[in-house]
Formats: sequence, structure tokens, C-alpha cells
Amino acid sequence: MTISTGNASPRPVGLGSFLRPGGRVRSLGGQVVSILVTLFGLLVLTFVIGRMMPADPVRAIVGEDATQDTYRMVYERLGLDRPIWEQFFRYLGDVVTGNFGVAIRTGQPVISDILHVMPATIELATFAIVIGAGLGIPLGVIAAVNRDKLADNVIRVFSLLGHSMPIFWTGMIGLIIFYASLGWVGGSGRMSSFYIGLVRGPTGFLLIDSLIAGEWDVFWSALNHLILPASLLGYSSSAYITRMTRSFMLDQLNQEYVTTARVKGLSRHDTIWKHAFVNIRVQLVTIVALSYGGLLEGAVLIETVFAWPGFGQYLTNNLLIGDMNAVMTCVLIVGVIFIGLNVLSDVLYRVFDPRTR
Amino acid sequence: MVLPHDTILDVGKLSVSYRSDTGYVDAVRNISFSLGREKLGIVGESGSGKSTVGRALLRLLPTARITADRLDFQGQPLLELSEKQMLDIRGRRLSMILQDPKFSLNPIRRVGDQVAEAYLIHFKCSKADARAKAMSMLEAVQIRDPKRVYDLYPHEVSGGMGQRIMIAMMLLTDPDVVIADEPTSALDVTVRLQVLGILDDLVSQRGIGLIMISHDLNLVRNFCDRVLIMYAGQVVESLKASEMESARHPYTQGLLAAQPRIGGSRAPLSVLDRKPEWEIPLEGAA
Amino acid sequence: MTDIVNAPKPASRRQPAVAPLLNVLRFLLRSPTSAFGLAVITLLVLLAIFAPLLATHDPYVQNLNNVLQPPGGNHLFGTDELGRDIFSRLLHGTRITLNIIFLVTITVGPIGLAVGTIAGYLGGIFDTILMRITDIFLSFPGLILALAFVAALGPSLNNAIIAIALTSWPPIARLARAETLTFRSSDYIAAARLQGASPFRIIMHSIVPMCLPSVMIRLTLNMATVILTAAGLGFLGLGAQPPMPEWGAMIATGRRYMLDSWWLVTFPGVSILLVSLAFNLLGDGLRDALDPKQMNRR
Repeated sequence: MTISTGNASPRPVGLGSFLRPGGRVRSLGGQVVSILVTLFGLLVLTFVIGRMMPADPVRAIVGEDATQDTYRMVYERLGLDRPIWEQFFRYLGDVVTGNFGVAIRTGQPVISDILHVMPATIELATFAIVIGAGLGIPLGVIAAVNRDKLADNVIRVFSLLGHSMPIFWTGMIGLIIFYASLGWVGGSGRMSSFYIGLVRGPTGFLLIDSLIAGEWDVFWSALNHLILPASLLGYSSSAYITRMTRSFMLDQLNQEYVTTARVKGLSRHDTIWKHAFVNIRVQLVTIVALSYGGLLEGAVLIETVFAWPGFGQYLTNNLLIGDMNAVMTCVLIVGVIFIGLNVLSDVLYRVFDPRTR
Repeated sequence: MVLPHDTILDVGKLSVSYRSDTGYVDAVRNISFSLGREKLGIVGESGSGKSTVGRALLRLLPTARITADRLDFQGQPLLELSEKQMLDIRGRRLSMILQDPKFSLNPIRRVGDQVAEAYLIHFKCSKADARAKAMSMLEAVQIRDPKRVYDLYPHEVSGGMGQRIMIAMMLLTDPDVVIADEPTSALDVTVRLQVLGILDDLVSQRGIGLIMISHDLNLVRNFCDRVLIMYAGQVVESLKASEMESARHPYTQGLLAAQPRIGGSRAPLSVLDRKPEWEIPLEGAA
Repeated sequence: MTDIVNAPKPASRRQPAVAPLLNVLRFLLRSPTSAFGLAVITLLVLLAIFAPLLATHDPYVQNLNNVLQPPGGNHLFGTDELGRDIFSRLLHGTRITLNIIFLVTITVGPIGLAVGTIAGYLGGIFDTILMRITDIFLSFPGLILALAFVAALGPSLNNAIIAIALTSWPPIARLARAETLTFRSSDYIAAARLQGASPFRIIMHSIVPMCLPSVMIRLTLNMATVILTAAGLGFLGLGAQPPMPEWGAMIATGRRYMLDSWWLVTFPGVSILLVSLAFNLLGDGLRDALDPKQMNRR
């Protein structure tokens, strides 16, 4: 699998990947160590960034009018009087035990806040990736099969357009056109304010919870509100998927076994889908997994536009009030998710490609 | 020219050209030949157009322009058939063995399934039946443990075995004509004769017309009944394999002279000194 | 066959280097998409240079009697919520955009090249450490990491540029390393080593030039992402601060009025879209132009 000069986002090359430069497969143990080291580096980075902030964390907690004593008490409680490496180890300990402090705005532990808002984002991102892959993969195949012809160029421009759009702006324009003008979809939020609180489901995924509760109105409202942001997010992520699919398909279509299939009397259509496409399925899964990570980026922006009560909005809200602890926790979580997705895609590749067994 | 009455393939003035920035480039120019239930060899160097001929017959050159006075396959004019009709012919009555099983087999499917697919495409039957057919074909190409080999992946079989699998795949449907495009060029020398032997047996048993495309003159003259020599897109000489020593065209003579011989002169081998006259075919060849 | 001895001589030492550039340019202009990209970018540069001359109004002057005017008349693109002319603000915004792209690329290119080629060439412990650091940065989506940096450093245009630069160099480094690895074992590198060239010299003179084409392509494509990230940061209030006419920030402030005054957000957004698209198309075209497999199609 060649390392392509892929588009800038999402990062196309998995973390060092399980292939050594020579192409041989790294041992499983080596890979685990590699991941742990990267995770550790992640923690160092977030710790450093967290300490770089100009805002005073003590002030943020105690407020402007606190007395000298209160300030000192909180200062010591936060461990800020300790040497830096002691602070770091304390940080490590906190991370491992899941103690990420308390969010300023909600007063709740950050970790429980995040768990509370995550489902909304996951629902959005999953819907988006289904749309993105459902759009991107067929387009990529068509582009490859019609290389350099009109279809190929049209698809290229179409997907580059999706990749060049500032997603927050597209969201706004989308709302203006499809919600305000045409009334085809719901507006901001996950559902009409009408229904808020009606369904407090077990999963946090509105679509599933409303079905479980049998509330059809809520289901449709949720779907109505999901479709626009998910489509836009999906469209923007489809560019990368389209390009990689096209690239993979072109590689396959140049292979001799495609000729063999045609010689056997297989139609062009069957050859493309039953032989060539089947060979890239595994690579596509890894691409989709990596794209999912890139969606988190888009989610941060689009949730602000759509007032979507998810992880992205949580991050930006805390950013605006200067709760650096919450912000860095969010950033750390994103990093971990990203690494997880990379690992997942490497594992899937290893499992499904008979050549690596 | 009077054709022998069991002619399966009759080719008259076949030309293949590709579009380039500066007009059309000829890969094959006005070649004619007929094929019965015999082994016909097409010999030429890289760029002579020999591989193009095979693919042109199967009409698997989407970017090329193929023209011919006659391209009759058992009476059917191949160039006039629709793609749908060609699908019925390819793999069923006219097939091709490709060069390198490392690349010509689908890497993520089991070899047995790929062989069985050749049958399933053209005959309505159950998967189990096709599997059985494939299995017996694997035996026919002298694979000793067909049950085990059936489930292997292409990267798990050796070159010789892979090529035998390819032969099984292409002969399973009992075609009338088989084109073998450099069938042994990717194999170790020691394995070549074995694979050719298997091919020879099957072709004779089933009365298949074989076109063997190769750059190896020695191989072809020993294996085939008749030989076509191709140079610069044309057939410059056509002769029986047994009469090779009395070749008249300067190119053929040059090829023969460049072959080392046991017991022959110790002087350095002659090198081809290309002359433009070589592009003129002998009468009756084109 | 042309006589080698009497072949036309280049006119100067520069010429052999310039000819391939002209070829690339010609190739780019032949394809409508990359020609479009090139045209838009040229336009962007020209607008940025001549912004003060072309602007109809001062981009910072407020006119509270004239707020939220639709496009037309005196104001080509209308006025915003403080009565400022949007067209003029857009024009001056081109300077900010170009500034960001330029500064980021100038830092990211050399740093990425340096890290990548050193890691790739020297291998061993250098490779491991440098790539580990790169991997850590790569573990975050670009915007999120930039967000974190800006939040830590404080919201301002300069900090945004630094943050974006910090998140943009890893892919370049990875690319440079991958390229270096393919050339490292070449014979001509071995020959240079035998001649006694120091690693630094080899990297600078033999390896870096070979990496340049892919790195340039990547940098061009990167510029599209930089614009989007900068706009995103501006939208979140983390980039250029008001009253600077940065396009992302303009969209953020205009958002409140967008349902009734569509022109506030539309024009800045279209500008971002066009410029980002242009860099993407140009980068794509460059990739085709410099792809060795496509050479014989020209």
C-alpha cells in the first residue's frame, strides 16, 4: 500500500502504521508499545499546553474577589506550588483514575459532562460517515472506471468543492436555504424545542431512544434535524474518501487479474464490482475509520452553527469561558479517539487481508 | 488461398492502432493467418505486436482501433458481434492463458473458486457442481492434491502450480481456441517443460486450436506445428516448425543465427543488424 | 538522429532550470480546473497588493446611520451591522489571508523538510524520536490542536498563525521522510558518501531537491486547509480579533443577522470557498503535472 500524497486532512498515514519501511509487518508487541509511547507523548503535550495558558486557573475557580488565603488554599489544592514533574505525575495519576476535575460551567466532573454530550456527536458523526462513504465510494469507483473522461473530472471538482467549503459557513447557508426558505428540514438543535425532554432514553442516541419509547413524532423530528448537518458533514468528508477510492481502484484496474476476469467472460460491471472492488474493501474500511476521526474536527464547528448539544459545542463553550482544564481534557479525549481509530483500522487491515496472515 | 476445412479461426488483414497525440500509431499491421486444430506459434520481440494480437482477438482493447477484412471465429465475424455476444464467447469458446500467475490470479480469492467461476459464468449449475468440475480439472492439470490446493490463495502456490491452475481455469469450459500469451516466460526453466507438457496433452486430447505467443523461438519451434514470425507489427514469415531451418526472411534467419548450438562454431554469436527491408513480409505471409 | 555535439546550447545557466517550470505552467493552463485555480490565486495576490487602491471605503470606518444595507448603490456588497462597507473589508481581508498562508508555508516547509529528511536519512534513534514527536502531533485533527494552542497562547491573529504552523508541519515531515527513505539507498547517494560528503551536504544537495516536488504539492494543498483552519479559528473568535476584517471573523459577527441580511455571511464565505478551492485545484493539477506516470501524457 503506497503512502500517497493525500489531502491534508484527515491525516492519511496511520500512526507509523503496522508496516515497517520495508513493508514487513511489525510484531503485535511492537505495535502495542508504539501506541503506549504515543499516548504518553499525548499526555505530555496536553500537559504542556495546559500549563501554557495565560489565564490563571486559580482565578478561574475562585473568582476576582477572593482573599489571599482562599487563593493560596486553592493554589495548593491544585498542586501548583509543586515542582513541575511532580505536577506531571499527579496529572498522570489523575488521568489514569479518570479524574479530570470539575467543569466550571456545570460544576460537574468533566468526565461525566463529556459522557453526557458524546452521544449527540457520535450520532451526528456516524450518520455523516454513512452519507459520506455512501456518496464517496461509488463516486470514487465511477471516477476510476471513467478515468480522465468527463465523469472523472466532474466528480473531482464536485468532491474538491466539498473539501474546500468552510463547514461552518456551509452549515449557515444550508440553514438559510433548506430551513428558513424551503422548510424542508428542521432548524438548530437535535429536535424541535417542542419535544425536548420527552425522550430520555437509555442510549443517548435520539434516533434509537425515540424508537424504543415508541415516540414517532420525536423520531421524525430528530431525523429532520439530523439530516442537514449530517449531510453537510458527510459531503465534506466524502472528498477524501472519493479520492482514495479512485486511487485504489485505479491500482486494481491496472492489475492482470482484471484481464483474467474479462477473459473468462465476466462483464465489465461484474469485473469491477466482484473482482476489483472486493480487493479494496479492506483499504476502504481503514480510510473510513480515519475519516471518522476527521469528522470530529468538523463537528466542533458545525455544532456551534446548529446549536447541537454535543462534544464540539462543549469544547467551544469551555473555550470561550476559559475553562482550560475542560478544554484540554476534551483535546486529550479527541487524541485518544484518533489513536484508537488508527489502531482499529490497522487491526482491521491485518484481520481481513489474507496476505498478511 | 484455400483454407483447410477444419479452420476454426480465419484472420484476414487484421490491424490494431492506438490513438496518440500525433495521430494513430500502428501496433499490428495487416496480419493474416488461419488456425485449425493445431498449435500455431507467434514469435516476436517486445514491441512486435504479438501480445496485442491475442487481446485483439478477444476484443479486450478498449482504447484501440481494430480493423480487419475478416475475423471469423467458426464462421462468426468477431468484429461485428455486440459486447453481449462477446461475453458468451470469451471464456467459453475462446480463452487466453496469461503470463504470470503471481499477477493474473486475484490475490484475495481462493484459487479453486477462481477456476470454478470460469464454469459458473457460462453454465447454469449449482456452486457444488462447479466446484466438482473445477476439482476434476485441477486433477487434469496434474495437481496431485486438488482438495487442498482448491482452498489455497494465489500467494501460497508456486509459479508452476499457479500456471497449471490458470490452464485449468481457461480450459475448463472446453473452448475451441486457446491463446497462450507467454505461458512459461515467468516460470523457472525447470518447470517450463512440465507445464508445456500438460498443456500439450490437454490441447491434443480435446482438439483445441492453440495460439502460442512467445519471444522464445526455440521453445515455439519445438512445441508448435506452425510458426508465424512477427516484426514491427507485421507477420514477415509463416512456416511449418519442421521447416524452420530453411527460413527465407532475413529477420528469421537472423534470429536463428543468434541461437547458440551444441557442437556449433565457437565464434561469437551474430547480433541482429536491423535493416529497413526487414519490414517487408514474404509473399503469402501477410 | 540529432547530433549531440551540435545540439542547441542553453542561453544561460538559468535556462535549463526555467524550462521545466514553464512546461509545468503550460500543463497547468491546459487543464480548465487548474487554470481556474491559478487564475483565482493570481487574482487574490493582485487584490491583496492593490487593496487600498481598489477599496471603495475605509474598512474600519463605522457609519451607524447606514447599517445592514443590502448590496447595491454605493456599497457593492452591502454594509455590515456597524455600517462598514463589506466589499472594502473583503479586499483588506485578502491581505490577512495571504499573510497567514505565506507565514505558515514559510515556516512549515523548511521545518517539515528538515525534520523529515534528517529522520529519514540518519535513521536509528534520530528517526525514532523525531517520528514519535511527529506522530504525537498527528494524533490530533488539525483544527483541534490549533484550537488548543491558541486557547493556551491567547486569541490573536499571530497566535493563530503560530498554532496553525505548529499543526501543519507533521504531514510535511512524514512525507519528506517517506521520500527520503526511497532515495536513501540509491547509488548516487552512496557515491556522494564515498566522495566524503558530510551528511548535511548530502541531505541539502542530493536529498532535499528530490523531495521538493511532492513537498511542494503537499504545501499547496495544505494552503487550502490552512485557510479553512484560519477561518474556523476566526469564526470561533480565536483568530484575528475585531475590528480586523478577517473573513472567518466576519462570518461569526454576521451570523446573528444572517436570516435577514444574507450578504453579511455570504460574501466572506464565498471568498473562503473560492480561495480554498483554488489551492485544491492547483495542488491537484500540480500533482498531475509532476506525477512521473503521467509524464508521457503531456
